[in-house]
Amino acid sequence: MYDMNRVENAVGQDEIKISARNVQVWYGETHAIKDVDVDILDKTVTAFIGPSGCGKSTFLRCINRMNDSIPSARIEGEIRLDGEDIYDRSIDPVQLRARVGMVFQKPNPFPKSIYDNVSYGPRIHGLARNRAELDEIVERSLRDAALWNEVKDRLQEPGTGLSGGQQQRLCIARAIATSPEMLLMDEPCSALDPIATGQVEELIDHLRQDFSVVIVTHSMQQAARVSQKTAFFHLGSLVEYGETDEIFTKPQDPRTESYISGRIG
Amino acid sequence: MTGIAFAMLLTAALAGYMMNRRAALALRDGGQRLHSLGMFHGMYAALAVLVPAIIVTLLWLALQSSVIDAIIMSGLPDGATENVDTGMVQLIKSEIHSIARGRVFGTPEPWKIEAAERLNALQAMAGWLLLAVVALISAAALFVTRRSVASEFRARQAVERIIYGLLIACSLFAIFVTVGIVLSLVFESIRFFQMVPITEFLFGTSWEPQIPIRADQIAAEGAFGWIPVLLGTLVITFVAITISVPVGLMSAIYLNEFASPGFRGIAKPLLEILAGIPTVVYGFFAILTVAPAIRAWGAALGIPVAPNTALAAGGVMAIMLIPFISSFADDALSAVPRSLRDGSMALGATRSETVLKVLFPAAIPGIVGGVLLAISRAIGETMIVVMAAGLIAKMTINPLDSVTTVTVQIVTLLIGDTAFDSPKTLAAFALGLMLFIVTLMINIVALRVVRKYRELYD
Ligand SMILES: Nc1ncnc2c1ncn2[C@@H]1O[C@H](COP(=O)(O)OP(=O)(O)O)[C@@H](O)[C@H]1O
Ligand SMILES: [Mg+2]
Repeated sequence: MYDMNRVENAVGQDEIKISARNVQVWYGETHAIKDVDVDILDKTVTAFIGPSGCGKSTFLRCINRMNDSIPSARIEGEIRLDGEDIYDRSIDPVQLRARVGMVFQKPNPFPKSIYDNVSYGPRIHGLARNRAELDEIVERSLRDAALWNEVKDRLQEPGTGLSGGQQQRLCIARAIATSPEMLLMDEPCSALDPIATGQVEELIDHLRQDFSVVIVTHSMQQAARVSQKTAFFHLGSLVEYGETDEIFTKPQDPRTESYISGRIG
Repeated sequence: MTGIAFAMLLTAALAGYMMNRRAALALRDGGQRLHSLGMFHGMYAALAVLVPAIIVTLLWLALQSSVIDAIIMSGLPDGATENVDTGMVQLIKSEIHSIARGRVFGTPEPWKIEAAERLNALQAMAGWLLLAVVALISAAALFVTRRSVASEFRARQAVERIIYGLLIACSLFAIFVTVGIVLSLVFESIRFFQMVPITEFLFGTSWEPQIPIRADQIAAEGAFGWIPVLLGTLVITFVAITISVPVGLMSAIYLNEFASPGFRGIAKPLLEILAGIPTVVYGFFAILTVAPAIRAWGAALGIPVAPNTALAAGGVMAIMLIPFISSFADDALSAVPRSLRDGSMALGATRSETVLKVLFPAAIPGIVGGVLLAISRAIGETMIVVMAAGLIAKMTINPLDSVTTVTVQIVTLLIGDTAFDSPKTLAAFALGLMLFIVTLMINIVALRVVRKYRELYD
């Protein structure tokens, strides 16, 4: 059986949500992820930082098996969600993705109404027995995404008509409407202006109460602001992983140090 | 003679190019700063020679024969063209032309031979005259452009303007031709509506365009109500669309979303080959394979089936339209951003849920545009229905009956000996005009829909 031992630098009583061991990813001949071991904690924001092309998105997509739809991608190693091997034959990737939500770099609301955007997941997974329950889920998700007050009077208008920051929060609402256990965010603020970024960051901090959140970011300040744990990737390897404060103040690895001080990246 | 004229023109243009370029380069080598490269000075001269001379030549050639004919006909002896109808005048004219070309039948009257000789003389003269005019224009252009070469002359902009003019001329040409076609349709239709009231044409339910050959024949009146013909067109179009749209859409969804890249690599080109089959070949297929099969089924089920069913024609038309719709829908689906697909998959939707609930609704406007274009193609399709549909106009919507279509009627009305002043022939133009109006309206709607959908993701 898999044992639930924690790595040395895990935070006190937090549960391990994702435990990755020896993960390798190839795109054809390209070795994009090399030997990554990491434990991601529940109710914690974990930031993935590193220079472009170092494999942050690739690793993130391993966690909800979005790499399955890339024909050339090949994954080895073991990733466990609550102790369950997510690459096991018995796991249905479709069900897995309902448990592990994802928010993308560019806001991608469906060309449907705001209501239909948020109710999309609950409808597919049959989370509501009737319209009233669905309404409730939609409202709760929009409230959690700090968007309710802005859109409550125009739920039937197209989601594509919102501003960039609102669209991204709509996508977050859409992701949390399926009641996932964790949320993966791939540079969720890179297409947003500073004000919208601030709102989304605040939201991420708030979401930590209910979810394990992983956020890929290019901005060191953002990682420092929102995350408790930080993982630094370089050329497909996980170089350093630890408390965000420690990574930023006293990095152990010279590569981390030069990235943080702006010498590589 | 025209050959020589064109050869001369090209030589002059080439000479102008060389001359001006050399002159410009000489200026540069003399230490002046040229505004434009030598090449542009050369091109300016070449274009200045070519463009006016070609325009004059084309106009000349277009007008030459009618002017010469007018001169010849007016020079005929008194009485030769009086008291004869226009058909006779045409005959005289073509006889003179035959004689001029050395083909003499029987013994023509002396005045015709004389006219033929004058025709030959005039034509020879016209040729020389054209040559002289072209030479004059080229020389003038060479002279004027040679003098324009100067360090500050903006040859580059001048060339630009000439090219700009040429581009405008070409697009105007296409527009004028279209307008001309439409106008000729309209005028012929007006002539038709003077013989047959427009209300009878638009609302009449009987289409029997047989016009008596002799005045004393019975059934002297033809009937020109287009409703049954339109109905036949609609029945066949309906059959074609109801078969081709679902099949085309589903094959597009399969190819776009589910097929392996290998299968897609084979299937897409095959579909495109299907789109390239000449419609006459589809016509064979309808007659030789589909129609007998439908008759056999009908016989087996005890249903009466006409020999030329709307079902056979429409079914084969559907096969023709499947690749069209499929490739349109494929484009529309591919144009849906990948991020929407990922977004739906990441929410735990299966592929078919993603296609049905996100991709398909997002692609609907593009698909609708494609379907509308397919409808207008089906309405205008001619060869398949000429081969596979019937000739008799019936008021029926039974797809197992034989119906005729607008295009089939146009073809049959214009085949054989026709005079362009009987309602039978002119009816073809009226039908053509209606067909044009219907397909034009469908195309306008389709293009609007497609454009709107383009804006959605830009
Ligand atoms: N779909 C793909 N096919 C092939 N190679 C890919 C694909 N996606 C990413 N890669 C390669 O994998 C490496 C890691 O990419 P990625 O995970 O996107 O990096 P990051 O998100 O850190 O910028 C890069 O070298 C990239 O070129
Ligand atoms: Mg990335």
